[in-house]
Amino acid sequence: MTIVENHEFPMARTCPFAPPPAYEEIREEEPVSRVRLPDGEWAWVVSRHEDVRTVLNDRRFSADRQHPDFPQLVKGEAASRRPDEERTLITMDAPEHGPARKAVLGEFTVRRLEALRPRIQEIVDGQIDALLAGPQPGDLVDSLSLPVPSLVICEMLGVPYADHEFFQEHTVKVIKQSTPPEERWAATKAIQGYMADLIAEKEDNPPEDLLGRQIVKLRENGTYRRTALAGMGFLLLVAGHETTANMISLSTVAFLRNPEQLAMIKADPGKTLNAVEEMLRYFTIIDAATARLCVEDIEVGGQLIRAGEGVLALGYSANRDPRAFENPDELDIERGARHHVAFGFGPHQCLGQNLARMELQIVFNTLFRRVPSLELAVDVDELPFKDDANIYGLYQLPVTW
Amino acid sequence: MKIIVDTGKCVGAGQCVLTEPALFDQSKDDGTIIVLNETPDGELAEKAREAAHVCPSQALSLEE
Ligand code: HEM
Ligand code: SF4
Repeated sequence: MTIVENHEFPMARTCPFAPPPAYEEIREEEPVSRVRLPDGEWAWVVSRHEDVRTVLNDRRFSADRQHPDFPQLVKGEAASRRPDEERTLITMDAPEHGPARKAVLGEFTVRRLEALRPRIQEIVDGQIDALLAGPQPGDLVDSLSLPVPSLVICEMLGVPYADHEFFQEHTVKVIKQSTPPEERWAATKAIQGYMADLIAEKEDNPPEDLLGRQIVKLRENGTYRRTALAGMGFLLLVAGHETTANMISLSTVAFLRNPEQLAMIKADPGKTLNAVEEMLRYFTIIDAATARLCVEDIEVGGQLIRAGEGVLALGYSANRDPRAFENPDELDIERGARHHVAFGFGPHQCLGQNLARMELQIVFNTLFRRVPSLELAVDVDELPFKDDANIYGLYQLPVTW
Repeated sequence: MKIIVDTGKCVGAGQCVLTEPALFDQSKDDGTIIVLNETPDGELAEKAREAAHVCPSQALSLEE
């Protein structure tokens, strides 16, 4: 059989509010097909909603991003893989993954997060105060989108207020695509070192915060290791930062471009949670990052995938699949969009999803109520969208009010 | 209707609790599902169907 890769990956977008046009072609014509990656290797892309769910919910696909054969989305990235580094949740497979995830899940239950709501509201209000006190145009990314998730997770982890700035500075370096690799590594090490010190301080008399409770719990079941907990703290910090920030920025633009939909949530804040689901679906900012390595032959959508082959489960394509969503390219905050895969699917489905939902809900309800005259300071086509990043979003969002 | 849960599959995403807190809760310890009412009817049965549909790990099934 000759092997043909019809497409290179990543594929180019033509519109900031839509996936690359080639996604539709693939989804309709060859839903499981091969693509050429930047390093010259090839991988499968899986594009239909049903098939994406199958891949993400089957143990025959591994999430071990340290594995040498794991598909490489950025050329040269494999060289920086460190198979002997402490493994975090997101790269673990069964049977290691389940217990590690369950150990921390209790911190993210719907009910526990509800108790955090007033504090998140305060944080959001504080950042909006700062935006309004600053010059016009102001940058929403700097004043609201990036600080909110960072302050919230610091609060949960029990990071002292005085250290928030250190955290902000270094996490931004870790998540920015433009940071040179050595500098990113140094920033990562700085945060991990800080996290280990913070945890060490909490060991004697574990306080009532996420890290404190984890120390107690892991000691009880005899699995406590400081480095492992520091790795978890680091993951929580990074995984929820840029993701939530980009969703705040992009959704704000989408609301401002769709005033009738904005009017609906202003008239009835009860609709905001549904609107958040729709925004998550509509933008699907993490798309190919839900990659996997096949470890046992399996058929997906009629195509045999063999052990050792890489797979990209295209969440953005799945979330625009007309088989799962009617008029998928339309933004409709009243559709029931909850079966989207913007948080992934299956065992690795986003641990922080309900925290992210709550932050987004509070931000939109507060921002548009408190700043009813909010407007973009430049045209949409002048906005710096992150076309070059693994996580889609905006570098800046200049606004006036 | 009867709600059947595969706790081994549950990934603790809490989608069921968000759908209907009267039917579902999550363990404080490990975040996995607790069914508060296994045999809902009427409007609650409809909510149970919705929860089974949105559960991200297909941990919920229904015997109608
Ligand atoms: C809108 C914001 C967010 C989006 C779109 C998002 C998206 C995702 C996706 C798609 C995955 C699955 C990755 C995979 O299957 O390989 C994931 C996993 C994860 N996310 Fe999020 N996330 C968001 C916010 C957060 C927040 C706020 C936190 C924590 C505070 C967080 C923590 C995690 C963790 C720990 C994992 C790994 C879970 C596991 O492997 O079991 N995320 N996220
Ligand atoms: S929605 Fe599914 S995975 Fe999530 S807590 Fe409920 S049963 Fe578990």
